[in-house]
Amino acid sequence: MTKVLMKGNEAIGAAAIQAGCKYFFGYPITPQSELPEYMSRELPKVGGVFLQAESEVAAINMVYGAAGAGARVMTSSSSPGMALKQEGISYIAGAELPCLLVNIMRGGPGLGSIQPSQTDYFQATRGGGNGDYRMVVFAPANVQELVDLIIEGFDLADQYRNPVMVLGDGMIGQMMEPVEFKTPTKRDLPEKDWATVGTGDKRKPNIINSLYIAAEDLEAHNIRLQAKYKKMQETECRVESYNIEDADVVIAAYGTTSRIAKTAIAKLEKEGYKVGLIRPITLWPYPFDEFKKINPNCKGILTVEMNNGQMIDDVKIAVEGKFPVSFYGRSGGMVPTPDAIIEHVKKIYGGDK
Amino acid sequence: MTIVFEKTKGLTDVQTHYCPGCTHGIVHRLVGEVLVELGVLDKAIGVAPVGCSVFAYNYFNCDMQQAAHGRAPAVATGIKRVHPDNFVFTYQGDGDLASIGTAEIVHAAHRGEKISTIFINNAIYGMTGGQMAPTTLIGQKATTAPLGRTEEHSGRPIKVSEMLATIHGAAFVERVAVNNPANIRKAKKAIKECFQIQLEGKGFGIVEVLSTCPTNWGLTAPEAMKWLEENMMPYYPLGNYRRPEEVE
Amino acid sequence: MEERIVIAGFGGQGVMALGQLLTYSGMTEDKKVSWLPSYGPEMRGGTANCNVIISSDAVGSPVVIDSTSAIVMNRPSLDKFEDSVVPEGRLFINSSLIDRKTTREDIEVYYIPANEIANEIGNPRVANMVMLGAFLEATKAVEVDTILNKAFTAVFGENRVNLLPINKEALERGAELVKEQRK
Repeated sequence: MTKVLMKGNEAIGAAAIQAGCKYFFGYPITPQSELPEYMSRELPKVGGVFLQAESEVAAINMVYGAAGAGARVMTSSSSPGMALKQEGISYIAGAELPCLLVNIMRGGPGLGSIQPSQTDYFQATRGGGNGDYRMVVFAPANVQELVDLIIEGFDLADQYRNPVMVLGDGMIGQMMEPVEFKTPTKRDLPEKDWATVGTGDKRKPNIINSLYIAAEDLEAHNIRLQAKYKKMQETECRVESYNIEDADVVIAAYGTTSRIAKTAIAKLEKEGYKVGLIRPITLWPYPFDEFKKINPNCKGILTVEMNNGQMIDDVKIAVEGKFPVSFYGRSGGMVPTPDAIIEHVKKIYGGDK
Repeated sequence: MTIVFEKTKGLTDVQTHYCPGCTHGIVHRLVGEVLVELGVLDKAIGVAPVGCSVFAYNYFNCDMQQAAHGRAPAVATGIKRVHPDNFVFTYQGDGDLASIGTAEIVHAAHRGEKISTIFINNAIYGMTGGQMAPTTLIGQKATTAPLGRTEEHSGRPIKVSEMLATIHGAAFVERVAVNNPANIRKAKKAIKECFQIQLEGKGFGIVEVLSTCPTNWGLTAPEAMKWLEENMMPYYPLGNYRRPEEVE
Repeated sequence: MEERIVIAGFGGQGVMALGQLLTYSGMTEDKKVSWLPSYGPEMRGGTANCNVIISSDAVGSPVVIDSTSAIVMNRPSLDKFEDSVVPEGRLFINSSLIDRKTTREDIEVYYIPANEIANEIGNPRVANMVMLGAFLEATKAVEVDTILNKAFTAVFGENRVNLLPINKEALERGAELVKEQRK
């Protein structure tokens, strides 16, 4: 396969279509609008439907309807728009419908800014909507990984009958990098015999629903959901780590921020510092176990994010108090520099290598 | 023995939860009968709202989805775009459609979405216990309007059919009532015409049904019918507001 | 090898396309590349800019803070990015539109009257290609041949192939100026 140069947002669209997604419901918002634009251009060519909804709220509910009707379907938005979709996401999780959600994050709170940010870590991993639900949240660091995880995400969604989110930021959405569209490995996915497609007078009606009015029924439903989430935790957790068994300091960072951390680590190594990296690829399930492999004499963990400290909560849970955990972040659309990260790593070193 | 009447196959055998004297049951039957008579029950996909008719997914004998409050037209849009050859309808109350779901219903009509909507207007929030709806009449008491609705505080009740009839994509808009056998027959005729319009691919259709809520109105069933005739029908005139031939 | 390039100018001066030509060429030559644009309101007036990285190793941060080269097409861009160039890096100044000299003495500087040259050869829109020609001559970041024969139609579309000769001339004129100024 040959490489093509693609903008992150457009690469998402191309990957989704390759994954067999035929339906896209969305609403314009910067910095992800190239994706709906791409889908409006490309989906009709494959017999699919792009529809610009009247709002993000409507868009996610169209996704609910289409997913319940058995389609491979997705929506995308950016932070404030994603906030509006939370109602539908909770219903989708409750009704156990598969779909792919893309959030190309921008600065917040409120209308915030349009510049890259990672402020929706809590929203994505803690369940922005109501109720005890979970979903796999991918945090790709480059456009190739973005493409691979979009394709993977559709399969995971179908496999678990659950929404899957790809969480990027304005930087990965806007940047161009070479990508290769590999033929995805075919999975054995369950038949969608639960979908509403008309009974055809051959079976009892299928019902897509998240309402369980009897307490004992809803509890049973929740217990079933939790068992599913546990299985996702056991099998779908992904992480990249670098040199953590030997490191004096370990940086924890995800998405585009991890690339900046890598640049910082390369510079630090030239100066003789031993710095490792843990890069969660899934933010949920979180790779807690990876932190157990860290050099026991490590001086500390530096969490780097483009927000004011959200993933740091998971890092603290992961290290179980064994290492001091510190934080460096920029927000509002400001991007951390490698030099600033280097300075913070050196602070943890306390002056001596 | 000849069977002169039987329950429509358009409805399941489940006993409904509706209060005595509530007209949801009548409208359910009409919808079920029309689905069978048009021969679309096997390809029908219905969308239930939030409100009294939330359990409609247990009553209609076809594939059903339950939607978030007010979002049924969006959910139906998602279904219809995936399965354009299926018959897709929503069944919504006035809190669901005329309050929280105004954007969704207006834009489904605006797009000329090929779905059909049954809109139950009983001038009150039933499920949550009698709160004021956008359709509650001036002077009508509700648990959130204990002295009665005033125009100064809450505006005049919204007229959904008249509003949607101004939208080009709405190919069929009719207001009916189910207060007596004659009107029930008319209501069924309207529902059938509305559904046919979807089958012919002509656009969006809605039937607004003036209904009773004896429980939350604090009336007996016969009193409620009378109240509907004397209070709702003058403010919400019955009749057709739009047919495809009026859509140029 | 790692080239970290800032390309900046007014919207409409072709800075984004210039960056894409470089990025596409780098990819074609099996280098690791990234292209990161500024986006949002600043695209509508003020400076538009993009960051391009062409490297033999995987690209870390796609954000260029310390550039090995900066190509500035207008005065606000010079003011903004002059200091981003690393010592011994290169600065390419569109002297047609920029009325001042750089204050940096620790870098290689080329003054390219790109708009004048573009007008001379008959198309004011190829000013960016004059700057690119200068950049390529000075850095050899990618081959001129790759730009013309592979990247050009990929970025601008097959139907622009008729514009290749004038773009080639623009590249050559830019390169000549660098050769002269090096003497």
